[in-house]
Amino acid sequence: MSDPSTNISHLELGDRNETFLDSNELVINMGPQHPATHGVLRVILKLDGEKVLGTECVIGYLHRGVEKIAENRTYAMFNPYVDRMDYVAAVSNGLGYCEAVEKLLNVQAPPRANYIRVILTELNRLASHMLWLGTHALDIGAITPLFYTFRDREEILKIFEKYCGARLTTHAFRIGGCLYETYDGFEKDVTNFLDFVTPKIDEYEELLTTNRIWVERTKNVGKISGKECIALGVTGPVLRASGVRWDVRKAQPYAAYSDFDFEIPIGQNGDTYDRYLVRMAEMRQSLHIIRQAVGKIPEGPIMAKVPKVIKPPVGEIYHSIEAPKGELGYFIVSDGSTQPYRLRVRPPSFVNLQALDMMVRGQLVADVVAVIGTLDIVLGEVDR
Amino acid sequence: MLDYVTSYLRSNTTPGQAGNLLWAFIYIILIFLGLSVAVIAMNWLERKILAHMQVRLGPMRVGPHGLLQPIADAIKLLIKEDIMPAEADKSVFWIAPVLIVITAFTTFIVVPFGPTHAVTDMNIGVLFMLGVSSLSVLGVVMAGWASNSHYPLIGALRSSAQMVSYEIAMGLAVVAAVLMTSLHGNGLYGVAHGAVGDGTLSMIDIVKAQQDQHAWFIFKFFPLGLIAFFIFAVAMIAETNRAPFDLPEAESELTAGFHTEYSGFRWSLFFLAEYSAMIAVSSIAVTLWLGGWLRPFPTWLTGETWDLVFSLFPAATFLLLALIALVGTLRMPKHPYFRVQTLGLAGFAAVLALIGILLLLPPVRDRIQDIYWFSLKVAGFMYLYIWYRGTFPRYRFDQLMRVGWKVLLPVGLGVLILTAIVGVLL
Repeated sequence: MSDPSTNISHLELGDRNETFLDSNELVINMGPQHPATHGVLRVILKLDGEKVLGTECVIGYLHRGVEKIAENRTYAMFNPYVDRMDYVAAVSNGLGYCEAVEKLLNVQAPPRANYIRVILTELNRLASHMLWLGTHALDIGAITPLFYTFRDREEILKIFEKYCGARLTTHAFRIGGCLYETYDGFEKDVTNFLDFVTPKIDEYEELLTTNRIWVERTKNVGKISGKECIALGVTGPVLRASGVRWDVRKAQPYAAYSDFDFEIPIGQNGDTYDRYLVRMAEMRQSLHIIRQAVGKIPEGPIMAKVPKVIKPPVGEIYHSIEAPKGELGYFIVSDGSTQPYRLRVRPPSFVNLQALDMMVRGQLVADVVAVIGTLDIVLGEVDR
Repeated sequence: MLDYVTSYLRSNTTPGQAGNLLWAFIYIILIFLGLSVAVIAMNWLERKILAHMQVRLGPMRVGPHGLLQPIADAIKLLIKEDIMPAEADKSVFWIAPVLIVITAFTTFIVVPFGPTHAVTDMNIGVLFMLGVSSLSVLGVVMAGWASNSHYPLIGALRSSAQMVSYEIAMGLAVVAAVLMTSLHGNGLYGVAHGAVGDGTLSMIDIVKAQQDQHAWFIFKFFPLGLIAFFIFAVAMIAETNRAPFDLPEAESELTAGFHTEYSGFRWSLFFLAEYSAMIAVSSIAVTLWLGGWLRPFPTWLTGETWDLVFSLFPAATFLLLALIALVGTLRMPKHPYFRVQTLGLAGFAAVLALIGILLLLPPVRDRIQDIYWFSLKVAGFMYLYIWYRGTFPRYRFDQLMRVGWKVLLPVGLGVLILTAIVGVLL
């Protein structure tokens, strides 16, 4: 296969006649070192002036072979590795992996562990959405929200640090439950955080939601219909903003989600503005879920009975959860040994990134940046 | 010789008009130095103000409260390796930043800091300023072209389209203001009958017209003056490529726009030119609509007492700054590590206080007033620039063009026509 950096002739980037006055198309590289590609994504853009004729994503700059590593590690040893995929939502990754292995082992995490898992995962969803909001706004040129969201995300990371000692790659959960009991004052910390952050979300919205420039920059930009989303396998807020009411937390409840009352916010137009609104609403729903959960954490053990050496029976399992960025699935094939025979991750960022080309074709360069931001990709998860 | 030096002081006009080369040269040096200091101060203030808007501290390490940061940055830029891309068009690459800086500084020849405080007064002052400042487009295009790289090229194309389109709206607003200089009448806001005014393009005479008509043009023919001012205020942000119209250097899209390939000293020239251009267009806005060097409320608060009160403002400002620096000194951490910084800040407070006391002296006080009010108004615009940057997202290219051609241009034309009609009727 030819190297994409030297050969771009394999790109099918529309008809040449499309260009204005038959001028020459401009092919530029956006990334891998570029302020707006959120890491090391490289997008080859074919431009007619400012208009985008086509794009090609080049990925793999952050490839670490996570799936292959899984084949050489025991089930417990692999657990910390999943944190490094979507490093801004490490808790969700851990939850998905632990639950998948539990399903394979036919073990149920105790209710108390499930509640702790829900609280931490929803906190992580907030942290992830805050990071998305800050960077997305920065891409569109509003530099201030970034600092506001990072200030508030810090409070979440502090809770993580107090709970498990790590801030980013938490490794908070273990197969069969949680390793750590909640610390003294955990519930108070979380409640305080909820009271602290609720007005802050209004603050973000004040800066952006009705801001003329923000609305003009995001409305009707990067439109994608529900049908196209489903055809491409796009999930998460991007899918919901296109009007499809699909949330794994409701559709196939896991952990303790069936105990809580929450809404699935959906949009109608499937444009960048709707995705923004959906994510903002999701943040409020997360707060709602945490508030319900933190009040009634049941007593009891936090760890199910799991054998010291994890040797799942021969078989295969697919388990998916609703990560902040979409449906995060783990497909594990077990040959009965202590190590997975094959482990495949279905990363939401990777799948959602496919939609980029469809969303930006015919739009302007500035929209590419906005759409990359609104897809909320994390390159660690795209490349694994 | 002495006679030559003092002859200008008696002439009661600008050195350019008095034909006194020595004083013109002194004024040029003073403006050059003042502008450089202003750009350095602006650099520090922008980072500090923006930081405080964004719940952070900004520069804190180099000097007390980061006061020496701009100087450190300047030294860093000067001693940086000068990189020229191999494929660049060498001579054009070399000329572009020089051209931009020259145009940015040349405009200041006609900026009136006071009735006599300008290098010269031209009868086509406004035209000269707009003309020279629009030459900077050339520098931008040259920089983008000579870099021989895609991002700078797109940045330069955006920039030229943007600057050219917004110049039209800007020009219409300026014409509306120039029209007002020639209008007599008894409109709103107490415009006096029989005021002297034959219509003028001279920067100094425009301010004098506002003085004679007892109305800053922003309030004249309310709300026409205000709308014209608003058009200019929007167009000047686009003209200087600042947020929310900073597309040519949109960091998230084009890395750094037309000056992506520039580094070190050459880059610092672009930086200098950008900030000088900001001050230059703000000066036009202040001169045309906000009464230039005139103090606030010249008609409402008159008399000896008010004159005295307003003449104490410059000194009061510096003393206030000194007080702030003093409070900062007292609040510095009491630790040996911070001793030098604390002493430095105390010294800075002392210098500010000294300037403040100097400004209290009657002869200095009376002469500095014009410059003070002018600078204060320009500083207000500088703050607005920073505020916009902290608040607004960036416009997209087509939206920017739409705002320029479909909103500002028709509104500007309407204001121009209405100003003419109202001026004739009143």
